[in-house]
Amino acid sequence: MSNLLIAPMIIPIMTAIILVFLRDNVRMQRVISLITMGVIILISGFLLVEVKNNGIMRLDFSGWLPPFGILFVGDAFALLLVLVASIVTAACLIYAFSTIGEAHEKMFFYSFVLLLVAGVNGSFLTGDIFNLFVCFEVMLLASYVLVALGGGKRQLRESLKYVLINVVASWMFLVALAYLYGAVGTLNMAHISMRVAEAGQDPVLTTISLVFLIVFSLKAGLLLFFWLPGSYSVPPTSVAALFAALLTKVGMYALIRTFTLMFPNQPDITHTIIGVMAVITLLAGMAGAMGGRDVKTIATYNVIIGVGFIMIGLAIGNEQALMGAVYYLMHDMVAKALLFLCIGMMVYLTGETIVKNMSGLIRNYPLFGWLYFLGLCALVGIPPLSGFIGKVLIGQGAIAGGDYILLIVGFLSSIAVLYSLLRIFLASFFGETIIVMEDEVPIRKGMMGSLVLLAACVIFLGLGANYIMPFVEAAAAVLVDPSIYIDAVMPQGNE
Amino acid sequence: MKINDVILRTVVKGVVFIILTLGMYLFFAGHNAPGGGFIGGLVLASAVVLLYLAYDIETIQKTMPFDFKKVAAVGVLLATGTALGSVLFDVPFLSHTDGYFDLPLLGETHLTTVTIFEAGVALTVVGVVVTIILSINEEGGE
Repeated sequence: MSNLLIAPMIIPIMTAIILVFLRDNVRMQRVISLITMGVIILISGFLLVEVKNNGIMRLDFSGWLPPFGILFVGDAFALLLVLVASIVTAACLIYAFSTIGEAHEKMFFYSFVLLLVAGVNGSFLTGDIFNLFVCFEVMLLASYVLVALGGGKRQLRESLKYVLINVVASWMFLVALAYLYGAVGTLNMAHISMRVAEAGQDPVLTTISLVFLIVFSLKAGLLLFFWLPGSYSVPPTSVAALFAALLTKVGMYALIRTFTLMFPNQPDITHTIIGVMAVITLLAGMAGAMGGRDVKTIATYNVIIGVGFIMIGLAIGNEQALMGAVYYLMHDMVAKALLFLCIGMMVYLTGETIVKNMSGLIRNYPLFGWLYFLGLCALVGIPPLSGFIGKVLIGQGAIAGGDYILLIVGFLSSIAVLYSLLRIFLASFFGETIIVMEDEVPIRKGMMGSLVLLAACVIFLGLGANYIMPFVEAAAAVLVDPSIYIDAVMPQGNE
Repeated sequence: MKINDVILRTVVKGVVFIILTLGMYLFFAGHNAPGGGFIGGLVLASAVVLLYLAYDIETIQKTMPFDFKKVAAVGVLLATGTALGSVLFDVPFLSHTDGYFDLPLLGETHLTTVTIFEAGVALTVVGVVVTIILSINEEGGE
């Protein structure tokens, strides 16, 4: 038992509520929300080290033992993601301080960001699948508000689409839960895993797992991403970056958990389908990214490429590929946040979204230009930056597993990423400057600070691989061998 | 627009107290019998909404000068606060306790910390429901 495990969820909720009372004191809201994120970063870092040394932690709410009670389970995979998500949120908050505007801040913007974080962290940590649904809803309700807040016509239209899609997906999630509970009679994820394994994952259970696949694919943007480019390009930059970094990742986390812990026994069917979906996602994402003409479209299609690539790791499903998936997931959170903040900054500086209409930004803003280039290199996977290790691991996994099609498509996607982002770099940053010195919009310190913070994370994730690898190995070990998770969660001698 | 709503107002004056009593009864009946913070809160909120229907918004806001958004916020704080309180006693999060106490006037009474949690839930429900109804009513909001 460790009550600290609840902190990443309960602290943001309580702070969010306290901020409601400080509605008019914007300065106070900023300070408190940033301190909260700092505290969560520290706590999750501490928990991560603790878990690596002493094994998986669990917290049974009000002492109800599993499988009867609701519980939080902290394993290395969940806590790594909590840590990275909190860092990314802190960076996006810093960016928001100087850009989001008073109107948003007075409409409880920081409260909703904190509630979003609470939902995200809860989804990562929970060990109960119904609780996962609840945490998803906490996250989604906050995201509905954030996507629609301050909307013009286009934003309202896209947010309506976003809300509708997610309501339908949540309904399907409930239906899938009902099927699952009807079939195995439990909601505890470890217990489900045991019962599914006992039943040998018969066709009924596999079908149920496919319903979950559809639900989480809608949330993660795996194949069913038709809603994503629109909804991610309309909100303010800091919100879009937060969404790109966190929301699809929660869906992917749920997919990885579902098909490594609960339904790992029929990889011929489930993992093959995931592989096919990932390949189609990658191809579509590549087409969108290379064909896009405005920066926001290109950035959102890069999110889709990221989703496809990580899901390749899950489809291959051996230890190396899963390690790669975990590593790439962390990298993708940081790098996508960096990319979206950069793109948002370009729009802020020039007032343009079309690539061709921008030029020579690097002359006016050299540091910003090179930070964008750094993000580009990381996303493409150039060593020693963060994307490289994940890509190599997934590649090794694919070769070991003999999945050459996945390998080829996966690495083709890197070229598409390179092409699409380099095109922005060459067209918008190089060339004749269009902004004369007098018209230069100054970059505020906070905006640059958040970019530098994320860039530092990208570099650390790459160069500091030695420090991170043990955690990733611990995370992948649980994914490969669900019995570690089950032993940690289920009381000994039960059943 | 002036409508003659003498009957409605007269009935509401009596009925509101019945509803409030029922709401409180349901609230205290919870955690052992059907009822509890959520249901009690809904009934309490319905009394408030009924008052808004029978009288106009200004009159009610004069008698009940609360910002119902803040009522909901206080409720959430109370509920999460009791949940977090268990951390101080080094028992699992959300743990609750109860006991029997001899109180003057009431005699032996069953007191539980769950009631405080439920009070938070009830306040949240009242705050949210009234806020929703008012913002539907307000035409365009703030």
